[in-house]
This record gives sequence, C-alpha cells and structure tokens, in this order.
Amino acid sequence: MKISRVLVLSLVALMTQLGDCWNAQAQEKYFSASTKDALSIGNDGFLRRWTVLEPISKPNQGNTVFVDSYLNEVFAKEYFKNQMTCLPKDGDKVKAVAEIVEMPADFRRMPDPSQIKRTFKNETLVWHKIDSKTFNLKLMRFGEFHKQRLYGVIYWVVTVINCENDMENVRLSVGSNSASKWWVNGEEALLLSGDRRMVADDGMSERLNLKKGENIIRGAIINGPGMTDFCVRFVDENGKVITNGITIK
Amino acid sequence: MKNRNILNAALIASAMMFMSEAKAQVGEPFIHDPATLAECDGKWYTYGTGENGILSEDGGYTWHSGAVRPHRGAAPDVLKIGDRYLFAWSATGGGLGGTHSGDVLTMWNKTLDPNSPDFKFTEPVVVASSRDGDDCDAIDAGLLLDPTTGRLWLSYGTYFGFIRVVELDPKTGKRVEGNEAVNVAIDCEATDLIYKDGWYYLLGTHGTCCDGVNSTYNIVVGRSRSVTGPYVDNTGRTMIEGGGKMVITAHDKVVGPGHFGRTIVTEGIEKMSCHFEADFDMNGYSVLGIRPLLWKNGWPVAGEKFREGVYEVASERHGYALELAVDFKRIEGGRMRWFNPNEKREIKPIPMQSLEQVQNEWPSDEIGVRNGDFMVRPHQKWSITAVEGVGGFLGQPYYRISIEGTDRTLTATKEGNVITTATFEKTDEQLWQIDQMTDGTYRIMPKSEAKAGKRCLTSIADSTPTLADFDFKNDNCKWNLKELR
Repeated sequence: MKISRVLVLSLVALMTQLGDCWNAQAQEKYFSASTKDALSIGNDGFLRRWTVLEPISKPNQGNTVFVDSYLNEVFAKEYFKNQMTCLPKDGDKVKAVAEIVEMPADFRRMPDPSQIKRTFKNETLVWHKIDSKTFNLKLMRFGEFHKQRLYGVIYWVVTVINCENDMENVRLSVGSNSASKWWVNGEEALLLSGDRRMVADDGMSERLNLKKGENIIRGAIINGPGMTDFCVRFVDENGKVITNGITIK
Repeated sequence: MKNRNILNAALIASAMMFMSEAKAQVGEPFIHDPATLAECDGKWYTYGTGENGILSEDGGYTWHSGAVRPHRGAAPDVLKIGDRYLFAWSATGGGLGGTHSGDVLTMWNKTLDPNSPDFKFTEPVVVASSRDGDDCDAIDAGLLLDPTTGRLWLSYGTYFGFIRVVELDPKTGKRVEGNEAVNVAIDCEATDLIYKDGWYYLLGTHGTCCDGVNSTYNIVVGRSRSVTGPYVDNTGRTMIEGGGKMVITAHDKVVGPGHFGRTIVTEGIEKMSCHFEADFDMNGYSVLGIRPLLWKNGWPVAGEKFREGVYEVASERHGYALELAVDFKRIEGGRMRWFNPNEKREIKPIPMQSLEQVQNEWPSDEIGVRNGDFMVRPHQKWSITAVEGVGGFLGQPYYRISIEGTDRTLTATKEGNVITTATFEKTDEQLWQIDQMTDGTYRIMPKSEAKAGKRCLTSIADSTPTLADFDFKNDNCKWNLKELR
C-alpha cells in the first residue's frame, strides 16, 4: 500500500510537471513578456501588446445570449474598481466580483434557470502585460497558462498606443471570439455582438480621431464555451491598414 | 418578312409628338431609332428618326420632348469628342420599301442645350453613301472613338445589304481621305460599335421592325480583335454569315428592342439604351429603353430593370446581410440533438418570426445598421420601393429602402455613416440610387452623395456598413439584392 501510494503521488507529480512543461511551451508559443522598449505595430498593423486581467467568472452555457442589450448591461456593470480608467502595470492585483453558478447535482440537460444557483464573490485577479506572438491574442491560452477557468468568462484588456501625430477619421478594427466591447480614450467605439468567430476586420468603429501622444484602447471580451481570442488594429479613412506612426508603450 | 420601313417609323414618331395626354410613369419617352445617350450640363439627350429628340432634366429618369436636331432624316447617333458633340444621321430613300439610295452625314455642335447661345450646328458633310444597285443601304449610323488609338469609326447599313465600317477624322467628322468601306455583317441593321478589354464589339439588330406590339426586333452582338472584323459570335459564326449572340429581347411588357447605345457611367457601371418597338403600357408605342449593361464571360448582356420588392441586401465582401442593430430574438423549437429514424413523428411547420413579435422591442428613434448572418428575420427584410417625383438616374427612379412593414428607412448621415430613421421624409439622404453593375452586383448610393458622384453604401468591415468612395475593383462597394418571396 505504501509503495502504491508513493507510485501514485509520483505519477501525479510527473503529470503536473508535464502539464507545467506543456503549459510553458504553450506560453512560449503564443506569448512573450513585454519589455520596456516601445513595440512597433508591424506590417499588418495589429496591436500585439496588451495588459490582460485574469478572467472574471461570468458563466454562460452558450454564446447565443450575447445580444446587444445583454452585452450593454453586462459590460456596464462594475467588476472591479476603476475598471474604465485604470492603467494597470504588470502584476497589479484587483478584487473582482466573480459570478459562480451551481448546477443541480443530477442535471443532464440544461436546467430551468430557476434551478441554477448564482452567487457572487470577490476574487483576487492579476494583470499581466504580454506581447502576443500571433496577430490575435489567444485569451484562452492565456487563461490556461495562468491556470484560470477557461469558459464562461469576461476578459478585460488595455493597451496604450503612442501616435506620432494626430490621426483623423481612423477606425478601430476588431475581430473577437466571442462578443466584445471597445473604448478608445474612454469613449465607446464598437460593440461586436452575437456568437462571433474571431475574424480580422470583422467590425469597425465609426470614424474617430487619435491624438498625438498616448491613446488608451480598452476592451472587454465575453465568452461562454469555446475558444476566446481577439485582434485589433486601426485603418485609415480609406480603409487602409495603418502600419506606421503608432507604437505601443 | 423583315422590313425596315423608315416612313412608318417617321409616322410613328410624328404621331407621338401629339401624345402629351399619355400619362406614363416615365414621362413621354417616345422615340424610334434613338442615338446613344449624351449628357450636356446635367441634362441627358437622345435623338431619333424624324426631327428632334427627347431629353431628361431629372437625371435620366423622366423623358420628354425638347431636344433639337435639324435636317430630319433617320437613326442618328451622337458622340462627344473633346468639348464638341458629333452628330451622324442619314438622309435616305425609305429603306426596303423604297429606294436604297442614301447618305450618312455628320455635323457638330458645341452644346446640346437649344437655349444655349453656343447652340449652333455646323454644315452637314456626307461621309458615306449608297446608291441603288449597291449591296448596302447607307443609314443607321453608329460611332466609335477607339479608346486605344483615338481613331473614329462609323458603322452603317441595313438588312438590304452589308453592314459597313468606315473611318472618319475625329477632328473634322469627315471621312478619312482614301478610306475604303469594309463589310462586317449582313442581315441586320441599327448597328453600333463598342470597345472593351481588347475586343471590338459590333451590336446589331435582328428581327422585324416597325410593327408595334408584333415587332420581333432584338439586339445581337459579335466581337473581333480588329475594328474592321471579322466579327464572330459565341458559336464561332461570323456576322458576315449572319451570326450574332443575343443581348436583349422582349421582356415584361415591352417588345422589340433595337438600336443599341452604350453609356459608360464610371468603371463598372454601364447602361445600354435602345428603343422598344412597343410598350404595352403606353398604347403600344415605341419608347426609349435604358437597362444596365452587364458583361458575362466577355459578352455584353442586358441587365434587368430593378423590381420593387422585399430583399435581403447581402454584401459582396463577405456575404453578411444588412440588418438593424437590434437584439436577435430567438425562435423556440426545431432543436434536435439526435435523430432516431424509427421514431414516428408529426411533421409540421414552425411559424416564421413576424414583425409584430419583435418590433415593440426596437428603439423608437434612430437605430444603427450592421451586417450579420442572414436569418430571414424581420430586422433583415428590406422593402425597396420607387419614389416618384424626385428624379432618378438613367432609366430608374430613386428608391426608398425600409424595413418591411414599417416606415423605418435606411438613411445616410452627413458624417458619412448609415443609420435607420423611424420615418421617411423623402430627404436626399433617404433616397437611394440603385445601379446594377457590369458584374451583376449592385451599387447603392444615396441621392445626397450621388450629386457629388462619390460615396456609396460600403462594407468597411465584414459587419460594418458605412459610406465610402465607390471603387468597382473593391468588393466592399458591392451588394447582392436577393428578392424574398
């Protein structure tokens, strides 16, 4: 018995190590830690440097609930202090309101909403500043790496871009899986509703102006089951991708 | 018997001048053997057999008499070269029923506006002739200024003999000295030459002319790498052998299309003009016809006049459909995770979502628009209806685009966005010019922008419609209108 117990514990430790190793490889594959150097946006214009908060629990069994009114309500709610104004540093922590769902113990099919028990609790979540190695930032892999829940979540992301000059009549261009909302310098710029796939240039804001110097891009991405990721870039007034004149702090 | 009775045509044209009592949706577009449409100072003009012609002061939708061309004669054509208009027409002996002695003449004018102080025709000059005994009947002039060489060409002729091509001097309108006529077709008339993408196209008219609602006139085409032919149809048959591929025939309540003319509005948007020998809604008289000109596998073909109806408006960019930016309302039923083929079940229809089921939850003021998966839902069904009394563009009225069963109307904003407003106020921002393009898709442009000739409904992103500069090479500017039945 003693030998068996040692064997099991060893196997568990090995599996954990293998898991961590795989996780580390996945992290290596998709992300790198941000440096203090400004990051140029590259030939495709995608913003690859973001500060990402570990996911807030917001359980949804499917993504078809993401209609406009639902999203406007959910994204208007305060989950953590200063969520619309903060400029977090890597490692900053927040206390966020997480929604916890308990299903009936014996459920096989989707239960009646009245049978689902919803509670709320504060969770300490950490901001991570990362550079994505792909044009899209794979939030689910991010969550995986940080050993967070993968489904039924809201991600908050922030980045600060630096514009060499004033840029008029540009558009924020976003693809997200699933729905998302975006703000530029505090102003709502775009809502992508529905059960969305992440597609480059899926939706664009109305024409907006970026000022010379710092501009803050903030986003919230919600997902039920399935992959979670997003990509963001700017296009000029003719719809041409902006590849110059913007760096990321 | 195919006949070409110019006197009959002239009589019809004359009779039509007294038809001012005829109330028609598009004014009094009565004409026979129309010249290619010509624009001058914002007005559109065409000229026919007999004297004078018709014009449109509202963008080419409503036509009425008022165009002036002296010298009577048959089947003119008009071509703007530089800042002058070159007219070509025929003085003829009457066609198959009369003598075949005829002359094609040309003359110039600086303007088409008869009220302009510059309105003055030059003295006509003869550029081609036929005499009894020739295998040709020198009428039905068609002009082409070759965009690749700048050389000017004239086609003419009827069923009586050969269709011929001669070269004119684009500076004088006179025949190039020493130029010999080349035979390019037989057994047709009312020809026109056009050029596109390395091909010369000879449009001709087959069938019976001048027999009202029984006229079998139709327009055919052959093409050649050389302006002097040989012109060959899609089966490899030359037009000297009588070949020709159909471009337009009778349809709806009009019959006998003939006398083709091509108008290039901009890259990707072309119109063809013709007459219909008879319009069943207009006493069976001959009327001007304007249709979109499409290009299919290198061949011109007439598009259809846009029909009012309820449509899915689908972007060519990705295929998403234009819709109100409102909550998607689920329909209960229809979910089946496992299918047991042995299970007995009653098959019954599920009701489609109705406007009444969702409309009350929509905002009552402005609602944005976006592109999304087409799901045959009320917020995606657009009723497109003609608006009368506000003009139009080359054969078509402006349209209102509203959610079916409501007054909620697609509206352009001054900022260059697209929204819907709860009511239709007939503003220029709510009137839409719908042009079928040469590839069969549609350009949708608000009247407020059409004046500047610039911005149209555009998918700037898969899901985001806006107004942006028209570019035929960009699928963002193209829409497919799928009628919902």
